[in-house]
Amino acid sequence: MIEIAWSQFTPGAALAGGLLIGLAAALFLLLNGRIAGISGILGGLLTPTRNDIVWRIAFLAGLIGAPVAWQLASSLPPIEVNAGYPVLVVAGLLVGIGTRYASGCTSGHGVCGLSRLSLRSLVATLSFMALGFVTVFVIRHLMGA
Amino acid sequence: MKYSFASMLAGLIFGLGLIVSGMANPEKVLGFLDIAGLWDPSLAFVMAGAIIVGLIAFAVARKRTLSFLGFNMKLPTNNHVEKRVVIGSMMFGVGWGLAGFCPGPALVALGAGEMKAVVFVASMVAGMLLFEFFERLELFARKAGEA
Repeated sequence: MIEIAWSQFTPGAALAGGLLIGLAAALFLLLNGRIAGISGILGGLLTPTRNDIVWRIAFLAGLIGAPVAWQLASSLPPIEVNAGYPVLVVAGLLVGIGTRYASGCTSGHGVCGLSRLSLRSLVATLSFMALGFVTVFVIRHLMGA
Repeated sequence: MKYSFASMLAGLIFGLGLIVSGMANPEKVLGFLDIAGLWDPSLAFVMAGAIIVGLIAFAVARKRTLSFLGFNMKLPTNNHVEKRVVIGSMMFGVGWGLAGFCPGPALVALGAGEMKAVVFVASMVAGMLLFEFFERLELFARKAGEA
Protein backbone atom coordinates (compact mmCIF):
# COMPACT_ATOMS: atom_id res chain seq x y z
CA MET A 1 0.00 0.00 0.00
CA ILE A 2 2.85 2.36 0.81
CA GLU A 3 4.73 3.43 -2.30
CA ILE A 4 8.41 4.16 -1.81
CA ALA A 5 9.90 7.20 -3.55
CA TRP A 6 12.98 5.29 -4.75
CA SER A 7 14.37 8.28 -6.64
CA GLN A 8 14.43 10.39 -3.44
CA PHE A 9 15.37 7.67 -0.95
CA THR A 10 18.98 8.14 0.20
CA PRO A 11 19.62 5.43 2.82
CA GLY A 12 23.42 5.72 2.76
CA ALA A 13 23.58 9.48 3.27
CA ALA A 14 20.75 9.30 5.81
CA LEU A 15 22.56 6.66 7.86
CA ALA A 16 25.91 8.50 7.62
CA GLY A 17 24.31 11.79 8.68
CA GLY A 18 22.48 9.98 11.46
CA LEU A 19 25.75 8.52 12.76
CA LEU A 20 27.21 12.06 12.81
CA ILE A 21 24.20 13.35 14.73
CA GLY A 22 24.62 10.45 17.16
CA LEU A 23 28.32 11.27 17.49
CA ALA A 24 27.49 14.91 18.29
CA ALA A 25 24.98 13.83 20.95
CA ALA A 26 27.51 11.31 22.33
CA LEU A 27 30.28 13.93 22.56
CA PHE A 28 28.01 16.42 24.27
CA LEU A 29 26.83 13.76 26.72
CA LEU A 30 30.21 12.22 27.51
CA LEU A 31 32.26 15.46 27.56
CA ASN A 32 29.74 17.87 29.11
CA GLY A 33 27.26 15.50 30.71
CA ARG A 34 24.28 16.99 28.94
CA ILE A 35 21.46 16.04 26.59
CA ALA A 36 21.85 17.53 23.11
CA GLY A 37 18.30 18.85 22.84
CA ILE A 38 18.13 21.80 20.48
CA SER A 39 14.83 23.27 21.67
CA GLY A 40 16.04 23.13 25.29
CA ILE A 41 19.42 24.66 24.48
CA LEU A 42 17.79 27.51 22.56
CA GLY A 43 14.83 27.93 24.94
CA GLY A 44 17.14 28.05 27.97
CA LEU A 45 18.74 31.17 26.51
CA LEU A 46 15.46 33.04 26.94
CA THR A 47 15.66 32.71 30.74
CA PRO A 48 19.43 32.72 31.12
CA THR A 49 21.36 32.06 34.29
CA ARG A 50 24.87 33.36 34.68
CA ASN A 51 26.78 30.17 33.98
CA ASP A 52 24.86 28.80 31.07
CA ILE A 53 24.80 31.58 28.51
CA VAL A 54 28.19 31.03 26.87
CA TRP A 55 27.97 27.27 26.25
CA ARG A 56 24.42 27.59 24.89
CA ILE A 57 25.53 30.26 22.44
CA ALA A 58 28.63 28.17 21.58
CA PHE A 59 26.47 25.12 20.74
CA LEU A 60 24.08 27.19 18.62
CA ALA A 61 27.01 28.94 16.90
CA GLY A 62 28.41 25.52 15.95
CA LEU A 63 25.03 24.44 14.62
CA ILE A 64 24.37 27.64 12.67
CA GLY A 65 28.02 27.70 11.55
CA ALA A 66 27.83 24.16 10.11
CA PRO A 67 26.49 25.26 6.70
CA VAL A 68 29.05 28.08 6.64
CA ALA A 69 31.88 25.60 7.31
CA TRP A 70 30.40 23.21 4.76
CA GLN A 71 30.55 25.87 2.06
CA LEU A 72 34.30 26.28 2.55
CA ALA A 73 34.68 22.78 1.11
CA SER A 74 31.75 22.36 -1.27
CA SER A 75 28.37 23.74 -2.22
CA LEU A 76 25.39 23.09 0.04
CA PRO A 77 22.69 20.62 -0.97
CA PRO A 78 19.39 22.36 -1.80
CA ILE A 79 17.13 23.65 0.98
CA GLU A 80 13.60 23.72 -0.41
CA VAL A 81 10.98 25.54 1.67
CA ASN A 82 7.64 25.40 -0.09
CA ALA A 83 5.55 26.74 2.78
CA GLY A 84 4.55 30.40 2.44
CA TYR A 85 5.38 33.05 5.05
CA PRO A 86 2.04 32.99 6.93
CA VAL A 87 2.28 29.19 7.27
CA LEU A 88 5.89 29.47 8.43
CA VAL A 89 4.88 31.92 11.16
CA VAL A 90 2.10 29.64 12.45
CA ALA A 91 4.38 26.59 12.19
CA GLY A 92 7.20 28.37 14.01
CA LEU A 93 4.90 29.45 16.86
CA LEU A 94 3.55 25.88 17.24
CA VAL A 95 7.05 24.36 17.19
CA GLY A 96 8.31 26.93 19.72
CA ILE A 97 5.45 26.56 22.22
CA GLY A 98 5.03 22.81 21.67
CA THR A 99 8.65 21.77 22.09
CA ARG A 100 9.08 23.82 25.26
CA TYR A 101 5.79 22.56 26.71
CA ALA A 102 6.86 18.98 25.94
CA SER A 103 10.44 19.63 27.16
CA GLY A 104 12.00 18.45 23.92
CA CYS A 105 11.92 18.02 20.17
CA THR A 106 13.30 15.62 17.56
CA SER A 107 16.79 15.78 19.09
CA GLY A 108 16.08 15.74 22.83
CA HIS A 109 13.18 13.27 22.79
CA GLY A 110 13.66 11.64 19.38
CA VAL A 111 17.40 10.97 19.35
CA CYS A 112 18.58 11.28 22.96
CA GLY A 113 15.41 10.13 24.71
CA LEU A 114 15.02 7.00 22.61
CA SER A 115 18.76 6.30 23.04
CA ARG A 116 18.32 6.26 26.79
CA LEU A 117 15.18 4.13 26.45
CA SER A 118 12.91 6.69 28.08
CA LEU A 119 9.19 5.91 27.91
CA ARG A 120 8.41 9.61 28.28
CA SER A 121 10.48 10.37 25.18
CA LEU A 122 8.96 7.45 23.26
CA VAL A 123 5.48 8.85 23.94
CA ALA A 124 6.67 12.33 22.89
CA THR A 125 8.24 10.99 19.69
CA LEU A 126 5.17 8.95 18.74
CA SER A 127 2.99 12.00 19.43
CA PHE A 128 4.88 14.44 17.21
CA MET A 129 5.42 11.84 14.50
CA ALA A 130 1.72 10.97 14.45
CA LEU A 131 0.64 14.61 14.23
CA GLY A 132 3.31 15.26 11.59
CA PHE A 133 1.87 12.43 9.46
CA VAL A 134 -1.70 13.64 10.01
CA THR A 135 -0.85 17.27 9.22
CA VAL A 136 0.91 16.42 5.95
CA PHE A 137 -1.94 14.07 5.02
CA VAL A 138 -4.51 16.80 5.58
CA ILE A 139 -2.53 19.41 3.66
CA ARG A 140 -1.45 17.29 0.71
CA HIS A 141 -4.28 14.83 0.29
CA LEU A 142 -7.40 16.38 1.81
CA MET A 143 -6.76 20.02 0.97
CA GLY A 144 -4.73 19.08 -2.10
CA ALA A 145 -1.98 21.66 -1.65
CA MET B 1 36.21 27.27 28.29
CA LYS B 2 36.56 23.51 27.72
CA TYR B 3 32.82 23.23 28.28
CA SER B 4 31.97 25.83 25.67
CA PHE B 5 34.47 24.45 23.18
CA ALA B 6 32.96 20.97 23.50
CA SER B 7 29.51 22.53 23.10
CA MET B 8 30.53 24.28 19.90
CA LEU B 9 32.11 21.09 18.53
CA ALA B 10 28.96 19.11 19.29
CA GLY B 11 26.79 21.79 17.67
CA LEU B 12 29.01 21.83 14.57
CA ILE B 13 29.02 18.05 14.13
CA PHE B 14 25.26 17.96 14.76
CA GLY B 15 24.76 20.54 12.02
CA LEU B 16 27.04 18.73 9.58
CA GLY B 17 25.10 15.53 10.29
CA LEU B 18 21.84 17.29 9.47
CA ILE B 19 23.30 18.50 6.15
CA VAL B 20 24.81 15.10 5.22
CA SER B 21 21.57 13.32 6.06
CA GLY B 22 19.49 15.68 3.92
CA MET B 23 17.35 16.66 6.92
CA ALA B 24 18.27 20.35 6.62
CA ASN B 25 15.92 20.31 3.63
CA PRO B 26 12.25 20.60 4.75
CA GLU B 27 11.02 19.08 1.50
CA LYS B 28 12.91 15.87 2.33
CA VAL B 29 11.44 15.77 5.84
CA LEU B 30 7.94 16.26 4.39
CA GLY B 31 8.70 13.40 1.96
CA PHE B 32 9.01 11.19 5.05
CA LEU B 33 5.87 12.55 6.70
CA ASP B 34 3.84 12.00 3.52
CA ILE B 35 3.11 8.27 3.85
CA ALA B 36 0.04 8.47 1.63
CA GLY B 37 2.05 9.93 -1.25
CA LEU B 38 5.39 8.72 -2.60
CA TRP B 39 7.17 7.91 0.66
CA ASP B 40 10.83 8.72 1.34
CA PRO B 41 11.92 6.59 4.35
CA SER B 42 15.28 8.42 4.72
CA LEU B 43 14.38 10.11 8.03
CA ALA B 44 13.95 6.71 9.68
CA PHE B 45 17.51 5.83 8.66
CA VAL B 46 18.79 9.11 10.14
CA MET B 47 17.07 8.28 13.44
CA ALA B 48 18.42 4.73 13.36
CA GLY B 49 22.00 5.89 12.74
CA ALA B 50 21.81 8.47 15.52
CA ILE B 51 20.21 6.08 18.01
CA ILE B 52 22.78 3.30 17.37
CA VAL B 53 25.55 5.69 18.51
CA GLY B 54 23.31 7.18 21.20
CA LEU B 55 22.54 3.79 22.79
CA ILE B 56 26.28 3.16 23.29
CA ALA B 57 26.90 6.67 24.59
CA PHE B 58 24.07 6.48 27.15
CA ALA B 59 25.15 3.00 28.26
CA VAL B 60 28.58 4.50 29.05
CA ALA B 61 27.10 7.68 30.57
CA ARG B 62 24.78 5.81 32.94
CA LYS B 63 27.76 4.35 34.83
CA ARG B 64 29.40 7.72 35.42
CA THR B 65 28.77 10.54 37.87
CA LEU B 66 31.27 12.85 36.16
CA SER B 67 31.77 13.44 32.43
CA PHE B 68 35.11 12.73 30.75
CA LEU B 69 35.95 16.43 31.17
CA GLY B 70 35.06 16.21 34.86
CA PHE B 71 31.66 17.94 34.81
CA ASN B 72 28.55 16.72 36.62
CA MET B 73 26.34 14.45 34.53
CA LYS B 74 23.02 16.25 34.01
CA LEU B 75 20.77 13.43 32.88
CA PRO B 76 16.98 13.79 32.94
CA THR B 77 15.44 12.49 36.13
CA ASN B 78 11.79 13.01 35.26
CA ASN B 79 10.40 9.89 33.61
CA HIS B 80 6.73 10.64 34.11
CA VAL B 81 4.64 10.81 30.98
CA GLU B 82 2.67 13.94 31.83
CA LYS B 83 -0.18 15.31 29.76
CA ARG B 84 1.94 18.29 28.78
CA VAL B 85 4.51 16.03 27.08
CA VAL B 86 1.78 14.61 24.85
CA ILE B 87 -0.03 17.90 24.18
CA GLY B 88 3.20 19.82 23.58
CA SER B 89 4.50 17.14 21.22
CA MET B 90 1.22 17.15 19.31
CA MET B 91 1.45 20.92 18.83
CA PHE B 92 5.05 20.50 17.72
CA GLY B 93 4.01 17.75 15.28
CA VAL B 94 1.46 20.03 13.60
CA GLY B 95 4.05 22.78 13.17
CA TRP B 96 6.59 20.24 11.91
CA GLY B 97 4.14 18.93 9.34
CA LEU B 98 3.14 22.44 8.22
CA ALA B 99 6.68 23.65 7.45
CA GLY B 100 8.92 20.57 7.44
CA PHE B 101 11.18 22.31 9.98
CA CYS B 102 12.03 21.19 13.49
CA PRO B 103 14.40 23.31 15.64
CA GLY B 104 17.79 21.85 14.55
CA PRO B 105 17.30 21.88 10.78
CA ALA B 106 15.69 25.34 10.98
CA LEU B 107 18.83 26.75 12.63
CA VAL B 108 21.04 25.06 10.01
CA ALA B 109 18.90 26.51 7.20
CA LEU B 110 19.15 29.89 8.91
CA GLY B 111 22.94 29.55 8.87
CA ALA B 112 22.72 28.79 5.16
CA GLY B 113 21.09 32.20 4.71
CA GLU B 114 17.63 30.90 3.84
CA MET B 115 15.22 33.81 4.38
CA LYS B 116 12.25 31.54 5.10
CA ALA B 117 14.24 29.85 7.86
CA VAL B 118 14.90 33.26 9.43
CA VAL B 119 11.14 33.88 9.58
CA PHE B 120 10.49 30.38 10.95
CA VAL B 121 13.18 30.68 13.65
CA ALA B 122 11.95 34.16 14.67
CA SER B 123 8.42 32.74 15.06
CA MET B 124 9.77 29.72 16.94
CA VAL B 125 11.63 31.97 19.41
CA ALA B 126 8.44 34.04 19.78
CA GLY B 127 6.60 30.78 20.56
CA MET B 128 9.21 29.89 23.18
CA LEU B 129 8.82 33.34 24.76
CA LEU B 130 5.04 32.86 24.82
CA PHE B 131 5.62 29.55 26.62
CA GLU B 132 7.74 31.30 29.29
CA PHE B 133 5.01 33.92 29.67
CA PHE B 134 2.28 31.27 30.13
CA GLU B 135 4.46 29.34 32.58
CA ARG B 136 4.88 32.42 34.71
CA LEU B 137 1.20 33.24 34.47
CA GLU B 138 0.32 29.74 35.62
CA LEU B 139 2.84 29.88 38.47
CA PHE B 140 1.44 33.26 39.51
CA ALA B 141 -2.13 31.93 39.40
CA ARG B 142 -1.16 28.90 41.48
CA LYS B 143 0.55 31.05 44.09
CA ALA B 144 -2.44 33.38 44.17
CA GLY B 145 -4.69 30.36 44.63
CA GLU B 146 -2.64 29.16 47.59
CA ALA B 147 -2.57 32.59 49.26
